[in-house]
Amino acid sequence: MLDNLQLFVDAPFLLIQVLLDGILFGAIFAIAAYGMALVWGVMNVINIVQGEFVMLGGFITFQLTLWGIHPLFGIPVAAAVLFVIGIALYYGVIRRVVDKDMFISLLATFGLSILLQQLMNQIWGGDVRTAQSGLGTWFLFDYTVTVGQIKVVACVGALILGLILIVFLKKSRLGQAIRATAQNPRAARVLGINTDKVFAATYGINAALCGAAGSLVVMAYSVHPYIGLPYTVRSFMIVIVAGLGNLPGVILAGLGLGAAENFAAFILGAQFQVAFVFCLLIVILVVRNTLLRRKRKYLK
Amino acid sequence: MNGRGQIILGIVIVAAALAAPLVFPDFRAQIAMLWVMVLFALTWDILGGQTGYNTFGNILFFGTGMYAAAVFQRDGGFDYFPGLFIGMGLGALISVALAAILGSMILRMRGHYFAIATLGLGIAAGEIASGWDYIGAGSGMSPPLFPGAPGISYIFFGYLFFGLALITFLLLAWVYRTRFGLALNAIRDNEDKAEAMGLKTDTYKIAAWMLAALFLGLCGGAAGNMLGFIDPRDTAFAGATFGVWMVLMAILGGKGTLWGPVLGAFVFHVTQEILWTHLLGWQRVALGLIIVGIVVFFPQGILGWARTRWPERFGHRVETS
Repeated sequence: MLDNLQLFVDAPFLLIQVLLDGILFGAIFAIAAYGMALVWGVMNVINIVQGEFVMLGGFITFQLTLWGIHPLFGIPVAAAVLFVIGIALYYGVIRRVVDKDMFISLLATFGLSILLQQLMNQIWGGDVRTAQSGLGTWFLFDYTVTVGQIKVVACVGALILGLILIVFLKKSRLGQAIRATAQNPRAARVLGINTDKVFAATYGINAALCGAAGSLVVMAYSVHPYIGLPYTVRSFMIVIVAGLGNLPGVILAGLGLGAAENFAAFILGAQFQVAFVFCLLIVILVVRNTLLRRKRKYLK
Repeated sequence: MNGRGQIILGIVIVAAALAAPLVFPDFRAQIAMLWVMVLFALTWDILGGQTGYNTFGNILFFGTGMYAAAVFQRDGGFDYFPGLFIGMGLGALISVALAAILGSMILRMRGHYFAIATLGLGIAAGEIASGWDYIGAGSGMSPPLFPGAPGISYIFFGYLFFGLALITFLLLAWVYRTRFGLALNAIRDNEDKAEAMGLKTDTYKIAAWMLAALFLGLCGGAAGNMLGFIDPRDTAFAGATFGVWMVLMAILGGKGTLWGPVLGAFVFHVTQEILWTHLLGWQRVALGLIIVGIVVFFPQGILGWARTRWPERFGHRVETS
């Protein structure tokens, strides 16, 4: 562990390398996190199946490359397929748990996440998959820092998706209906908004965002049926830190989390990266709870 | 169910449980696992059902007990049985200490924040265990071999787990009737009011979690020995199987009741053993479907359903007009 720290002193450019990799990775977390914040804020459901949507988007893109299609086309395709899946899951399951106790929806989406995990495992097998985008690598600072171009594309893609979402929520009719429902579902119903449809659309949009994030993940990194849950937990942490409905905060928290995680993986060893994510989750929850408790408020 | 009915039912179950491994020698392993499942569901229900704090992370104590016992057996230098029992005790002790320390941090959260924090705990433990060389890292650990003929170990562990489950059940039956049990129920019904009435809710919650950790730690230590191999993610900290089953069994039977978790464990384990062999490869897909199905369509559980169907049998007076 200390040897790894010593490396930073010996080769300062490694710092830049690790930081850059982390930030580029973090941008993808931010998309999934924004989807989670949307569902949480509008429907009051914590969507544990988030990470599996990301993985599914990745596998769909991977499947396209098997058919000889360039993975960049996978972004819209995965988003469209996931939108349909999201709507179907809403009408099949989520709709029945929206107004129930939050633990019921937590457990129901947890069940869905196990279901999707195992379905992906049955369809695509338990191997780690990536999709080759055929893009090159940039070398910076005298070949000491390398940046995969696809990672930059993924990061920029993530930011563009975030921008599209903001504009959609602000300007479009449906986006306004979604925001109205988030503020007060009863008042929205009184004003003639079909909240059931708004919920369905919200859940579908969230799934589509995750699908697009997933196809960026499979191009720049890799997917596997069982690594969805870390993505869920990352989204959850980002939302907790940034707060609901705060997009710049979500992006910043996402980038920060990516960087922190990459440093942890470098210093502690890659086998502890996921452990770090989950420990960080607990630390964040405990810290936030102590802060709120001091003001005699509770996490509710 | 009235008092005498419960006692008769209890005697019948004890007699059947004592006879079962001798009558069905082919199913000894499954019978032993059944008692582990009963322990899972009963201990989950202390916090999940009675106190209203749903945890996903009780598997943490099971895995901790498993590893602690195996490490003690490896490094302690005792014979098999003293090593096993001291190891189990040590595992339980560490689990209870963990519950006290972690509980004092995360049990102060409310509702679903607590649920997600415990989910993180269980998985973090599995990930740490699979990266830690001292306990075998990702390749797991093998506890020492059971002395004696191969078939005997399941009889021994079957009775051991039955004894543990029985003690847990009787203890909980007593605890739920005391002031402590009432305090837990008060926290479930309305924590703010309970606190306003002067109950130290945090202390009660932590004590309840420690009680669950005690029995899960004991159970884990013995379970590692019975299974013969400890895998960090698939047996010790198996959040996606054992960890979810606990919740599922308690909900299926009827959470917040004494008999519900036992009933749920029986129904779930028997169904699972019958179905599993026919579903090669698709078991976990089925598990996901079962979770969603139970949670969405049957959240009140078997006993909860029976209680609304025949309220008189549960001692509720029904006014008929």
